[in-house]
Order: sequence, then C-alpha cells, then structure tokens
Amino acid sequence: MKRREFLKKAAIGVAGITLPLAALEIVNPRKMFAGKDDGAKVRWVFLVDTYKCVGCGLCVKACKNENEIPYDANVTRTWVERYVFTKDGKFHADTPKGARDGFITSKIDLGQGKYEDIKSEDIQKAFFVPKLCNQCENPPCVQVCPVGATYQTPDGVVLVDRSWCIGCGYCIMGCPYGVRFFHPKYHTAEKCNFCYHRITKGLKTACVQACPFGARQIGNMKDPKDPVTKIIMTERVGILKEEYGTKPQVFYIGLDREVK
Amino acid sequence: MKNHVFRPLMVVLGLIGLVLIFRLFYVPKDFSSHENGYMYGWYRTGNIEEWKAFKVKYQGAEYCKDCHADKLESISQSPHMIIQCENCHGPAFEHPSDPEKLPIDRSRGQCLRCHAKLAYPSSGRASIRGIDPEQHNAGTECVSCHNPHKPSLEGLK
Ligand code: HEC
Ligand code: HEC
Ligand code: HEC
Ligand code: HEC
Repeated sequence: MKRREFLKKAAIGVAGITLPLAALEIVNPRKMFAGKDDGAKVRWVFLVDTYKCVGCGLCVKACKNENEIPYDANVTRTWVERYVFTKDGKFHADTPKGARDGFITSKIDLGQGKYEDIKSEDIQKAFFVPKLCNQCENPPCVQVCPVGATYQTPDGVVLVDRSWCIGCGYCIMGCPYGVRFFHPKYHTAEKCNFCYHRITKGLKTACVQACPFGARQIGNMKDPKDPVTKIIMTERVGILKEEYGTKPQVFYIGLDREVK
Repeated sequence: MKNHVFRPLMVVLGLIGLVLIFRLFYVPKDFSSHENGYMYGWYRTGNIEEWKAFKVKYQGAEYCKDCHADKLESISQSPHMIIQCENCHGPAFEHPSDPEKLPIDRSRGQCLRCHAKLAYPSSGRASIRGIDPEQHNAGTECVSCHNPHKPSLEGLK
C-alpha cells in the first residue's frame, strides 16, 4: 500500500468511526422521545384575582427592583393593564409604563402623548389585569430557541441562560403573550421567572409580597393542600389564549372577553 | 471513485469532524437533555444554580420588626397594615449594614397609586377612599398632613 493511499483510507476510517458516535451524542433517541417526568414534587403556578387588583402598580415597582430591570427603561417582566368599558359599547385599554407608577388619573393613555378622559358616569365596567409570564406547560418560546438558552426547569419554570443566549429574538416573536423582551443591559432575552431565586428559598415572589390586596398568589400545583391549588381545582378560573395550546400556568379569577 | 469527487468529500468530512471537535471543547460538560426531553429540557444544568444564587432584595416586614417596632406597631393598627414597608421605603437589601439608611418616598404619586379616585366598578379600587389629586391640597405632600404609618382622619378637619 502506498503512503498516500494509506493516509486516505485511515482518514476515512477515522471519520467513519467518530462521526456516527459523535452525532449520537448530540441527539440521543431515547432521551429524544422521553416524556415529561411526572414524578416531580413541585409545579409552580400563579393565581391572579382581578377583582382584588386596584392598579397601584407596587408589584411592577418591586419586580423591577428585585430583578434588576433598569427602572426607567420601558420594559418590564410584569405589568398591569387597565380595561375601561363605556356605555356606548366601546372598550379602552392602557398600561402606561407597564403601570410602574400605578394609575393615578382617569385619562386613558393612547400613546404618543395623547390621552382620552373618560367620565365616570360613562363607565359600564372597569378593572385592572396584572400580566406576567405564564410559564406554559408547552412553552413555544423554548421550542424555537436554536441554542438551548431557554428551557423549562423540572419544577415548570421557564428560565433564560444569559451566558448562552445569542440574542436572535425568536423567542420574543414566539411568545403569544408578549412577555419577553431584550434586557437593556445584557442584550439577551429576558422574562419573568416567578422570581426563581426567591421561590426556591421558600419566599414569595417580589410581586406577590408587594401586593397589599392579595391579588397575586403563587403556589405548588403538585401539593393538594396548597391554598392556590385548592382554588384552581375547585373554583372558576380562566387562562389566557387557551386556543394556542400552550397550557399556561397563570390562572385568573374574573377574566373578561376582551382580556387576551 | 474519481479524485475530483473524493477530495471535496474529504474536505467536507474533515470540516464536520473539526466542528464536532470544537463542539466537544466549547459546549459545557453539563449541557444536556433533562426530564422534559429535548423539546423543553435541553440546557446547561449549571444555569439553574446561577439563577438560584441571584440576590434577594426585598426582605419583608418581618425583617424590620426588631429595630423599627414602633412603626410596625403603629401601622398594624391602621388600614395601611396591608402595605409592605418596602413598598414605600424601597428594597432593604442588607440594611442597616448596607445600605445604612433606606430612602423615604414622600411623593404624592406614591399615595395616589391607591387614593387617586377612580370609580371603577368590579375593581377593588372603587372601595378605597379616593380623592381628586387636583382638588385635594394640590402641591403639598400628603404626609405633611397624614401620617403614612397611621393615616387616621380623626382630628384632621
Ligand atoms: C438591625 C436593625 C434594623 C433593621 C432590621 C431595619 N432597620 Fe431601618 N434603620 C436602622 C438604623 C440603625 C437606621 C439609621 C437610623 C438613623 O440614622 O437615624 C435605620 C434607618 C431607616 C430608615 C431611614 C430613617 C431616616 O430617618 O432617614 C428607614 C426608612 C428604615 N430604616 C426602614 C427600614 C425598613 C423598612 C426595614 C425593614 C425592611 C428596616 N428599616 C430594617 C436599623 C434597622
Ligand atoms: C404608605 C407608605 C409607607 C409605608 C407602608 C411605610 N412607611 Fe415608613 N415612612 C413613610 C413616609 C412617607 C415617611 C416619612 C414621614 C414624614 O416625613 O413624616 C416614613 C418614615 C419612616 C421612618 C423614618 C422616619 C421616622 O418617623 O422615624 C422609618 C424608620 C419608617 N418609615 C419605617 C417604616 C416601617 C418599618 C414600615 C413597615 C412597618 C413603614 N415605614 C411603612 C411611608 C411609609
Ligand atoms: C397600596 C395602596 C395604598 C397606598 C399606596 C396608600 N394607601 Fe392610604 N389607604 C389604603 C387603604 C386600602 C385604606 C383603607 C380604606 C379606606 O379607608 O379608604 C387607606 C386609608 C387611608 C386614609 C384614611 C384613613 C382612615 O382612618 O380612614 C388616609 C388618610 C390615607 N390612606 C392616606 C394615605 C397616604 C397619605 C398615603 C401615602 C403616604 C397612602 N394613604 C398610601 C391604601 C393605600
Ligand atoms: C393640607 C393638608 C392635607 C394634605 C396635603 C392632604 N390631605 Fe388628605 N385630608 C386632609 C383633611 C383635613 C382630610 C379630612 C377632611 C376631608 O375629607 O377633606 C383629608 C382626607 C383625606 C382622605 C379621606 C377622604 C374621604 O373621603 O374620607 C384621603 C384618602 C386623603 N385625605 C388622602 C390624601 C392624599 C393621598 C394626599 C396627597 C395626594 C392628601 N390627602 C393630602 C388634609 C390633607
């Protein structure tokens, strides 16, 4: 055998042996089809009572401070929306600065510095709806991440690995609830993670602790004695955009047709 | 096989091999698939611990009780009992070692979050006593007349 020929054959041989093995390491079929582990002891869920919310925005303020989201940047992990239905059948909604400073005027923020005042005698119904990440059971944002930088923990919370995120923005587009944004400082995808550092230490999330009216609650769906679990199992609760099949894990009391 | 087919093929295979070798060193050892399968559970395990180690800033009212018992005492006899101290004084961090003092929010905006009158039926807001910010002593800090830790109306009129 000539030297040249030997080298060629050796190269093919080595490539032939290493390639399939290495490829299998990336995609392990057994794990590929592995279902969700149902032995988990914790599944974090959230409950929002819209009747109790007064729109003070103290939750938004606390969230921004706790999670180091630049206070004056117009992005936030959680926010509060105001819905005002008037007797002429119209509805108005706004969330100035995500309600970081609450709602201190009856004027609806139309954007671009325009406001519309609504007289209290014209109001048919009006209320506030806090929003945050739904920590979906089937999170579309995780499915679309090309690098494995966002994922679902075994206890159901979707986290973002800032050191691994490449900032492509697919997840921001993929979220039907619009809860994701770019962190102004790290330029990576950012979202509510139920204050993962707090709940895993036995604390409440910053927003739950800050809410004076008990409009926000966090619980463990795997614990039948958990008061939040009891409410979700025995009372009438709604979820957002059920038709997307994302199985959101933030439940709402007092949802309305126009709230999406 | 002809050379002009074989050579590029070798180059391609070589490149694939290089990528795989690079990947071997670049991708952290703990990057793998977990309980939730490849679709939802493909991540770097260490990141969970990184998030758990994130700093807690809000300590809760219990934390204040040893040193500011008077404030806790007075607020607990008022309807403001439900409001966390840190909602008006900011996150405590390691106070009093760091920071030594906590800020005091005396702004009207802070009180108006709840007390600006909004007659919104089917919302808890309607049941809080509201004032019209433009009529009710505009321009003066609310706390120059009302005690935030015990906002009693007695003796005010
Ligand atoms: C270990 C004792 C301790 C604890 C716990 C503590 N503080 Fe303090 N706090 C102090 C001391 C000491 C000062 C400084 C007082 C001074 O210099 O006048 C202070 C100052 C303050 C001030 C500023 C007072 C001023 O006159 O400017 C505020 C507001 C405050 N604390 C709020 C809180 C809140 C809210 C909590 C609970 C989250 C808390 N503190 C927990 C000891 C404590
Ligand atoms: C609704 C908002 C609000 C809440 C809730 C609140 N504070 Fe205050 N606090 C204030 C304001 C405003 C002042 C300044 C009062 C003034 O200037 O007369 C103040 C002053 C203080 C001071 C320093 C000044 C003094 O009078 O000694 C301390 C200490 C303090 N608060 C502690 C607390 C603690 C502890 C709690 C929780 C039990 C608490 N506060 C809850 C608004 C609040
Ligand atoms: C998180 C919401 C919230 C904030 C912020 C808040 N309050 Fe209140 N306040 C309440 C509630 C709830 C009541 C009890 C219901 C009522 O009587 O209206 C109340 C009651 C009052 C009362 C009537 C007390 C009485 O005896 O009837 C006054 C006065 C008052 N607050 C002043 C203030 C001032 C001043 C501030 C700012 C330092 C403030 N509030 C901030 C929620 C709030
Ligand atoms: C100059 C002193 C003064 C200032 C400043 C002031 N108030 Fe008052 N406030 C009063 C007096 C006096 C009353 C009781 C008489 C009345 O109802 O007007 C009162 C009553 C209230 C009530 C009860 C209203 C009701 O219907 O029973 C609330 C709530 C209140 N104030 C909140 C605030 C808030 C919030 C601010 C700041 C935005 C503020 N006040 C600023 C003097 C003041």
